[in-house]
Amino acid sequence: MQQQEKPPWWKTDFGPPYFKDLMHPVLKKNYGKWAYHEVIRPGVIKRVAESGDVVYVVRFGTPRLISIYTIRELCDIADKYCDGYLRWTSRHNVEFILTDESKIDDLIKEVEEKVGFPCGGTWDTPKGKYGLTNIIHTQGWIHCHTPAIDASGIVKAIMDELYEYFVDMKLPGLCRISLACCANMCGAVHASDISIVGIHRTPPLVDDDAVRRMCELPSTAAACPTAAIKVKAKEKTLEVDGEKCMYCGNCYTMCPGMPLFDPENDGAAILCAGKVSDARHPPELSKVVVPWVPNEPPRWPTLVEKIKQIFMAWANNAKKHERMVEFIERIGWERFFELAGLEFSWHLIDDFRIPPFMYASYRVGTQFRW
Amino acid sequence: MSETPLLDQIPDGPWPSFVKEIKKTAELQDKAVAEGKDIKMPGSARALLKQIEISYKDKKTHWKHGGIVSVVGYGGGVIGRYSDLEDIVPEVHHFHTIRVNMPSGWFYSTKALRQLMDVWEKWGSGITNFHGSTGDIILLGTKSEYLQPCFEDMMKLDPPFDIGGSGSDLRTPSACMGPALCEFACYDTLQICHDITMEFQNELHRPMWPYKFKFKFSGCPNDCVAAKARADCAVIGTWKGEIQIDQDAVKEYAEWMDIEEEVVKLCPTGAISYDAEKKEIKIDNSNCVRCMHCINKMPKALKPGKERGATVLIGAKAPFVEGAIIGWVAVPFIPADELFDTLCEIAEKIWEWWDDIGKFRERVGELIWRRGIGEFLNVIGQEADVRMIKHPRTNPFMFFKEEELVESEVVKKLKERGMKWRSFEYEGEEI
Ligand code: SF4
Ligand code: SF4
Ligand code: SF4
Ligand code: SF4
Repeated sequence: MQQQEKPPWWKTDFGPPYFKDLMHPVLKKNYGKWAYHEVIRPGVIKRVAESGDVVYVVRFGTPRLISIYTIRELCDIADKYCDGYLRWTSRHNVEFILTDESKIDDLIKEVEEKVGFPCGGTWDTPKGKYGLTNIIHTQGWIHCHTPAIDASGIVKAIMDELYEYFVDMKLPGLCRISLACCANMCGAVHASDISIVGIHRTPPLVDDDAVRRMCELPSTAAACPTAAIKVKAKEKTLEVDGEKCMYCGNCYTMCPGMPLFDPENDGAAILCAGKVSDARHPPELSKVVVPWVPNEPPRWPTLVEKIKQIFMAWANNAKKHERMVEFIERIGWERFFELAGLEFSWHLIDDFRIPPFMYASYRVGTQFRW
Repeated sequence: MSETPLLDQIPDGPWPSFVKEIKKTAELQDKAVAEGKDIKMPGSARALLKQIEISYKDKKTHWKHGGIVSVVGYGGGVIGRYSDLEDIVPEVHHFHTIRVNMPSGWFYSTKALRQLMDVWEKWGSGITNFHGSTGDIILLGTKSEYLQPCFEDMMKLDPPFDIGGSGSDLRTPSACMGPALCEFACYDTLQICHDITMEFQNELHRPMWPYKFKFKFSGCPNDCVAAKARADCAVIGTWKGEIQIDQDAVKEYAEWMDIEEEVVKLCPTGAISYDAEKKEIKIDNSNCVRCMHCINKMPKALKPGKERGATVLIGAKAPFVEGAIIGWVAVPFIPADELFDTLCEIAEKIWEWWDDIGKFRERVGELIWRRGIGEFLNVIGQEADVRMIKHPRTNPFMFFKEEELVESEVVKKLKERGMKWRSFEYEGEEI
C-alpha cells in the first residue's frame, strides 16, 4: 500500500493492548499490594490483598488448541461471573477471577459442563500437597513442518492417564511436564521434571533437485553442528556423512532439500529431572532417560506407559516437596532406573560435543549471598 | 463410516480434546456460512481435520517448508505454511499462522477477546492457540491474500491488536502475572514487559539480527514463565537485605506445620533456625541465597526483603545449534527503579555487538562462548562479580591484558617484534 493511500485508521508498531485496561478493577485497585494466598481446594486460589479485598482465582486446563466458538463460551461465562474479565496462565490454563466465594461451585459446574475444561492444576506449598499442571507443548502435525512426533495427541493421551493428578492435589511435589515435537524445541522443554522431545533417527535423504532449486550450499553445510555435510560443488548438491550425523534436523530448517522424516524411525526421547525455579535446588537441565519410543498414533501406548513409570517412581517414593531432580539426587540414578523400570543403555552416555567446558562453572539461577 | 477413524479415538478420556475443538469449529463454521455470515475460509477446519487424520495414518507431518509471507510494513509475525496434500485438502493448501501480541500477563476483557474472535471468524480458520510457546495468541491458518485485510481489521478494533514477533527478530516478550495477583513480585513484571515491547517495536516487527532474541520477565526466583531456560535475556526478580518476618503468622503456621522438618531442614544453606518454644524463626540473611523455599512455604509469614530489583541471566536457549543452556548470571542485581533504563541500555549494546559479529543463526549465548565472557562484560559495561560463577576456573590458561603486565625487557622485545595482545574491547569495525 502506498503512503498516500493509507486511511486514517491505518497504523503499525502500536503494540499490544495495555494490560491494565484489560484487567478486573479489583486487580487494578490492589495492584502490587497483595498480602498472601491460600489454595482452598484443587483449582481454586484465594488471594488476599493488604486492603482486605479477596479474590478467588479458579483455574481450568485447556487443550491449548481452542476454537473461537469455545473462546466465546468462555467469554459468556466470564461476563456472567467475573464482570467480563479472564486470563490465561503461562501453561495453557484459563483462569476466572471471582470476587464472590459463593459463586465458585456454579462457575466450575458451568465451565465443566458447557466447555468441558477441568478445574485443577494448582498446588498448595504450605500444606505440601501438589497437583499436576498442564503440559506445555508445541504444534506437531497440526501446524509445523519439522516435527518428528505429534504434540496435541500425545499430550491428550498422557493427560487422560494422569488426569486424577490434575484435578486433585496428591503429589509430593511440583512436577512440570512439557513436550516439543522436534529438537528446535520452540517450546524450550529442556528444563522440566519430565520432557518429551521428538527425534529423528535417520540422516537426511538428500533431494538433489530441491537442493539445487532452493538451497544455498555453503550456509546449509555450515549449519551442521557436527560438520557432517559436504558440498558437492560440481554436482551442485550436498552429501551427508552418516557417521557424523545425529539427526538434529538443523539442515532441514535451512534447506527444504534435506528432509529427514522416516515414519517408522522417528519417535520421542524422554528426559527428566530438570527445573527452572530456584526453590531449594538451583535450575538444571533435563537428562535423557529413554532414548527412543516409536510414534504410535492415535494413543501412543508405549510412550504413555514410560511416562507413567517415571512419574509413579517419583510420586510413590519422593519426600514431601521433593522435585524429580532432588529425588534422584537423593536416591541416585542407579536406583531411579530400577524404580522406574527403565533400561539404561549406551545412548544415554553423552558423546555429543557438549556446551563449552567453561559453562560448567557459570552460575545459573539466582541463588546469591550478599 | 467416519472420515477420521483414528482421530475419533482421541476424545476418549477425561482431558479436553483438541479434536473436539476442531470438530466444533467445523460444525459452527458451516452453520455460520449457512446463516450467510461473511466467512472467507469455509470448510478449512474440516479440511484440517482431514489432513491430521492422514498424518495420524502416515505418522508424519504434511506441512511443507513455509515461504515468506507478511503484512505491509512488517517482516515478522506471520508464519508461512503450505500443505503437501493440496489435491485432497485444497481448503488448507495455504494455511498461514498469524502471531498476535498478547497483553502482558495474558489478561483479557471479554470485549477485547470477542472482537478479535470476530475478526478471526471472518478471515481465518476459526482455530487458535491460547497461547503459543512464546506467549503470543496464535491464529492458526489463513490464505496469503487474507493476511493484510485481517491485520487491518485488527488495527481498527478497540483496543487494537498488533502482530507479534517471528524469525530473526525480537520475539514477543512475556511476563508472569506479577503484581497483578502475586505477593512475591519483586518488580513490576507486567509494566516492564509492556514498556520493553513498546520501546522495541521496530526490532520486534522487522527481523534484522543473526537469529531470535527473547526477553522474559519473572517477578521472583520461582520463575513462573521459565525465563531462565529460554530467554536470551531473563529478568528474575530478587531482593537484598532481610526477609521480612511476621512472627505472629509464624505462630499460626506452627499450629499445623512441621516447621523444623519442612522449612528449616529444606533450606539449602541451613540459614533458618526455629525456636520451637517461642514458635519463632530466625534467618541468617547473610547466608540466605534467596531461593524462595521458606517464603513459598509460609506466604503469610515471610516476604522478600524491601530492597528489591532483578537479576539478569543471559544466554538461555534450546538445543539448536550447539546444545541447550540455562541462562547464567550477567548482572547480579539491578534496583527495581533502574530496571527499564538499564535493560534498554544492556539490550542495545548486546544487539549492536551481536548484529556486527554474530554468525547467521548464532544465539547471543553461543556468541558469548565464541568470544569469551571477558569481551561480553566489556560490551555491556559490567564488572566481573563472584556471583557470576559457581566456582573459579580450574585451569591456569588465563589471558592477561597488555596493561596488566610489568614493564620488562621481554615485553619490550615482544612489542618491538610487533606482538599484539587481545584487548577484550569490542571495536565496531573488527570482524
Ligand atoms: S518443536 Fe519443532 S516441530 Fe514442534 S512446533 Fe516447534 S519447531 Fe515445529
Ligand atoms: S541432521 Fe543435523 S547432524 Fe545431520 S546433517 Fe543435518 S544438520 Fe548435520
Ligand atoms: S514468578 Fe514469582 S512473582 Fe511471578 S507469578 Fe511466579 S511466584 Fe509470583
Ligand atoms: S529463601 Fe531459601 S535460602 Fe533463604 S532462608 Fe529461605 S529457604 Fe533458606
